[in-house]
Amino acid sequence: MYLYDQYDQAMVDARVAEFRDQTERRLKGALSEEQFRPLRLMNGLYLQLHAYMLRVAVPYGTLNSRQMHALADIADKYDRGYGHFTTRQNIQYNWIRLEDAPDILADLAAVEMHAIQTSGNCIRNISSDHFAGAAADELVDPRPYAELLRQWSSFHPEFSYLPRKFKFAVIASDTDRAAMKLHDIGIQIVRNHAGELGASFYVGGGMGRTPMIAPCIRDFVPLDQLITYAEACLRVYNRYGRRDNKFKARIKILVHELGQDEYTRQVEAEFAHMLEQGIEPPLAELERIKGYFEQPVFESGLAADFDRSDPDFALWADRNTHAHKAAGYVSAVISLKPVGGIPGDASAAQMHLMADLAREYSFDECRVMHTQNIVLPHVRIADLHALWTQLEAAGLGSPNLDTIEDIIACPGLDYCSLANARSIPIAQKISQRFAQSGRTAELGELKLKISGCINACGHHHAGHIGILGVDRKGKENYQLLLGGSEAQDTSLAKITGPGFDEDGIVNAVEKATDVYLANRAEGERFLDTYRRIGMEPFKEALYG
Amino acid sequence: MAEELGTSPDEVQFRFRDGEPVDHAAVTVDSFLDQSNATAVRIEPGDDARALLPHLERLALVEVNFPVFGDGRGYSAARILREAGYVGELRAVGDVLIDQLSSMRRCGFDSFAPDKRLDEEDARAAFERWPEVYQPAADARRPIWAKRHGQD
Amino acid sequence: MNILTGNDLKSGAVVWWTGEGWSIHVNDAIEVGDDTDATCAREEAARNVNLPYAIEATRDASGWRPAHIKERVRAIGPTVRPDLTLKPADPDIGNWVI
Ligand code: SF4
Repeated sequence: MYLYDQYDQAMVDARVAEFRDQTERRLKGALSEEQFRPLRLMNGLYLQLHAYMLRVAVPYGTLNSRQMHALADIADKYDRGYGHFTTRQNIQYNWIRLEDAPDILADLAAVEMHAIQTSGNCIRNISSDHFAGAAADELVDPRPYAELLRQWSSFHPEFSYLPRKFKFAVIASDTDRAAMKLHDIGIQIVRNHAGELGASFYVGGGMGRTPMIAPCIRDFVPLDQLITYAEACLRVYNRYGRRDNKFKARIKILVHELGQDEYTRQVEAEFAHMLEQGIEPPLAELERIKGYFEQPVFESGLAADFDRSDPDFALWADRNTHAHKAAGYVSAVISLKPVGGIPGDASAAQMHLMADLAREYSFDECRVMHTQNIVLPHVRIADLHALWTQLEAAGLGSPNLDTIEDIIACPGLDYCSLANARSIPIAQKISQRFAQSGRTAELGELKLKISGCINACGHHHAGHIGILGVDRKGKENYQLLLGGSEAQDTSLAKITGPGFDEDGIVNAVEKATDVYLANRAEGERFLDTYRRIGMEPFKEALYG
Repeated sequence: MAEELGTSPDEVQFRFRDGEPVDHAAVTVDSFLDQSNATAVRIEPGDDARALLPHLERLALVEVNFPVFGDGRGYSAARILREAGYVGELRAVGDVLIDQLSSMRRCGFDSFAPDKRLDEEDARAAFERWPEVYQPAADARRPIWAKRHGQD
Repeated sequence: MNILTGNDLKSGAVVWWTGEGWSIHVNDAIEVGDDTDATCAREEAARNVNLPYAIEATRDASGWRPAHIKERVRAIGPTVRPDLTLKPADPDIGNWVI
């Protein structure tokens, strides 16, 4: 994985010094909160319901064991012994003291990490496929391109005060595991007819108040023009994105209001101009970065199957692994979704363990998934049992990847100052309900996603089943949505009808799954059945 | 006569160019385009900096106004002017704060007239904050990738 | 009735105006009138508190109860981590919040 050289290190060190200085100015009163707020936000420091919250960037979700240990140490030393992995492949700490924040950033810098641009109206942490570099179906490892973009977007002098936040995702396989088309810019690395690699640009997707699927505005940007094209996309947005209304300020609204063709025309004109400015890093830089992502040396001649005599293990190994490009290996998913638990939370002890396991079994690497789980990307099939045994003992062995128990839930009203309703208790009740009824396995792949407000951090529009918390006359209320997907068949979920209270929404989810089971055709997932039979049968069951 | 909007040179707190600060009253972009003798103009966030490109020869001063620091359109305006070869004074005015100085400098601003005077020492630290830069912009700094690959 | 709340500048902790200072316990709060701007401005300028504001609350024998659920979550802590609330020993704390 990528390692800093002296330049990268100098940049994060300078940032720590800058934030230390800014924090001191705030604490001694030279900066007002109004002035300080955007500065702390650009270092990922929010003021949430209980304290400051620090969001640490995990670029394209990749961590080595040293970094994971450091995250655990921060949880112990400066927080209350745990952290929360987010749908942006980052980690958040909920109980941070402003006074400590510069020291935490220094601790992060010591392991080549930072919290730069994890908030604010700037280019945020770049997300990617959590199986990058391992997936059997990928064209190339997308992360070098993400790293190239990370460096370009860090402290970008022109794009630090955009109309609104800006999120990139980069993938390199036809199977989309990063919700690429629901980002401000989604990039897919592709090969053209001549056999050359390039980038397809999808611009103007997003969730939130006005969910939109990004249209492809250019299907092939040559790799030696990638940064220049991104710069052109951003400049048009910075100049013409709406600034009169926060809710209309994302690039999706600009693309929508101008129309895809006009936006593209403006980008192409700016691109032609930018090409003359010589801002593109040389391909040698991409090659240098690629050097850090070289495949580990995989063993050959390994066994391709495992001993199934322990049914619990076999269930986990079947459910929680993903096909690897090297024979005898899989990517193994550590579920952070124990039944009744808090999706995405991990204790410091669990983080230490995951770090140790990454080192022992996965070439010192792990990944944060946008579904709030952790991946060990390169595990020998022969090691799966030993791995699982240790995970089980630590409460990390839930065999529920991509099932109805594998719920995405944002922090909601238990932590988040923007929330209308709590998300986590709903996730807890649903996972308990289905674990008890024993229906989880029967339901197969079913992606359930919960957000505590319209901002959609819990990706509810993209859930096969989505739940949105709203405020109904001072009471928590939950709307049910059906039919969303953030995979390559991207679709936006639709609201079923009037909302439900806390117990009502759990019942409603169960009813929706009953409709599926009663109607499904051979081999159909919940989503497929919904797409075939439409909303009506579900409405009938819910409200009829 | 067009409305005069410009800052006066004694409001300029930081300046990175030789010679006296330009002391012509800056006018709005519309006024500037209407008259043939103005040599100073003020760009508001909603103005198209490219409208000035045919007239760069006669411009001695462009002020870019930041009514609120969070409106970042002025950064693009500045870079666009520099990219087009404008070599006159480029002055950031308005809600210009310490922590925006280094980005503004990178986008081509060479003078600064903040509404509220900034602490000199904090400002100096801010101008010198970044030992390296990741991307080329309107200044002459070599990006990290150029250094890595021995390019000028 | 109104009470004042905000966050401690250094620690970020949720705090309530006691008439003399700021407490992490909502039951230490005093009722404030409608005009709280002066107090807020003074306390914020002195950096005793960050972003203070007035909220509505009712009072009964057991103490203050903020009118809005968000403020009740702030007053106690996350309902999903009773161990981290201000009343870790109280099994019913979640119900108080809702
Ligand atoms: S979706 Fe809303 S409640 Fe949930 S974390 Fe995002 S802003 Fe907070």
